[in-house]
Amino acid sequence: MAMLEVNGIEVYYGMIQALKGISFQVEQGEVIALIGANGAGKTTTLHTITGLLTPKKGTVTFEGKDITHVPAHKIVSMGIAHVPEGRRVFADLSVYQNLRMGAYTRKDKTEIETTLAAVYKRFPRLEERKNQRAGTLSGGEQQMLAMGRALMSKPKLIVMDEPSMGLSPIFVNEIFDIIQEISRAGTTVLLVEQNAKKALNIADRAYVLETGTISLSGSAKDLLDDDSVKKAYLGE
Amino acid sequence: MSFLSYLINGISLGSVYAIIALGYTMVYGIAKMLNFAHGDVIMIGAYIVFTCVSSAGMHPALAVLISIVGCTVLGVAIERVAYRPLRNAASPLAVLITAIGMSYLLQNVALLIFGANTKTFPEILTLPSISLAGGQLNITGTSLVTIGACIVIMICLMAFIHRTKAGQAMLAVSEDKGAAQLMGINVNGTIALTFAIGSALAAVAGVLLCSAYPSLTPYTGSMPGIRAFVAAVFGGIGSIPGAFIGGILLGVIEILGRAYISSQLADAIVFGVLIVVLLVKPAGILGKNIQEKV
Repeated sequence: MAMLEVNGIEVYYGMIQALKGISFQVEQGEVIALIGANGAGKTTTLHTITGLLTPKKGTVTFEGKDITHVPAHKIVSMGIAHVPEGRRVFADLSVYQNLRMGAYTRKDKTEIETTLAAVYKRFPRLEERKNQRAGTLSGGEQQMLAMGRALMSKPKLIVMDEPSMGLSPIFVNEIFDIIQEISRAGTTVLLVEQNAKKALNIADRAYVLETGTISLSGSAKDLLDDDSVKKAYLGE
Repeated sequence: MSFLSYLINGISLGSVYAIIALGYTMVYGIAKMLNFAHGDVIMIGAYIVFTCVSSAGMHPALAVLISIVGCTVLGVAIERVAYRPLRNAASPLAVLITAIGMSYLLQNVALLIFGANTKTFPEILTLPSISLAGGQLNITGTSLVTIGACIVIMICLMAFIHRTKAGQAMLAVSEDKGAAQLMGINVNGTIALTFAIGSALAAVAGVLLCSAYPSLTPYTGSMPGIRAFVAAVFGGIGSIPGAFIGGILLGVIEILGRAYISSQLADAIVFGVLIVVLLVKPAGILGKNIQEKV
């Protein structure tokens, strides 16, 4: 049984069908990439997994439990953290307060402190700026904060929506290095990315989304060599 | 000395406005809506106290407690029944119009139950006045209690928001409901809690207001409600210290305007000052200009 199983989900925005029956699995310890063009349904898929959207048909199961109708605020404590598109850090709160917000559902204070120390160790820049307002950070630093905030819940699965979007090339490389580190530290990663090349370089497997359906899937290595993928998403 | 006593009266009235304005500003900050029925919750709270004390002969303290509980339940119920279903409505006007409708509904329900006759609010704050400066400056017990209550409420509210988990959840929800949900925060629960606090404060404001001006009609809450809304905008809507400063300033301006300029023009002066402040500082005194990094 896979850690996360998405079975034939169909999602609508009013009358418009955004997902037309998507199925995929994420095994524990994997890095899975969802790639595809704008409007293919990548973000919708993530929102359905973390409960921000409810599918009309289909199910989502996590560690054997049906979470299709579990509301978003109860998903975190089950072990899934979501790094949303556009970072969505709490701009008026300090870096430290943002990180504490990530541990909102956790109770044990000493364990939270241990996680906080680990997050600061992974992102030293966040510790340097812990009292600064999050809104004053650069885009790359905000992305680090959004990731650190997600890690504060000690997730088993972390889903990330376009973590490299709008960042300078130096930060893009750094963000992908961090994703690999998070994976090596034992957290399963589901990654949505427009930067298909970088995503496929760090992923184990990938799914290609096209207008609400999965058009292609396979090992990331195979997809990197696939002619149609090269043409459509890698610009080769 | 008369200036000082006017000033203290102004601060006392302003304290009531500030307590009401807190309800407006918290609901606006967290649910992003203007609850125009807030003023009428004050009136309902005052009628509860009136009924408990004058008709049922209860101890005033018990009556105030019942009023606080009653208003809290009422506020949460209003949010659940009338506002929550419209939270994701296509137009933000839907919930605004519903709030105005709710205000009329509460007024008319009160009219139906208690009638249109003015009721005399019972004297429940029976503290002695204090005299200063050889009897030239008199401060009523009601004024002292009102100002004291406002300060205590402000301190407790700030501590609640910055020191408790529920308070932190409020901060998160006020900034970004979606991201707050992803942190595991129950957004509906947090908004309901905000309405509960705002409505409990409305009950307190109702008691203080009617102790200072003891005539009670179904429209008693309406004008103070609007003035408190002005106070909240004046101080910067969404900001808790802003509601405090806005409320106090508004009360002082109103009383001094009444005393030194014209009692007929008092409202014109209050709203005139609001217009000037908004022209100079559109976000209000402590309001922040929204600048977001994309």
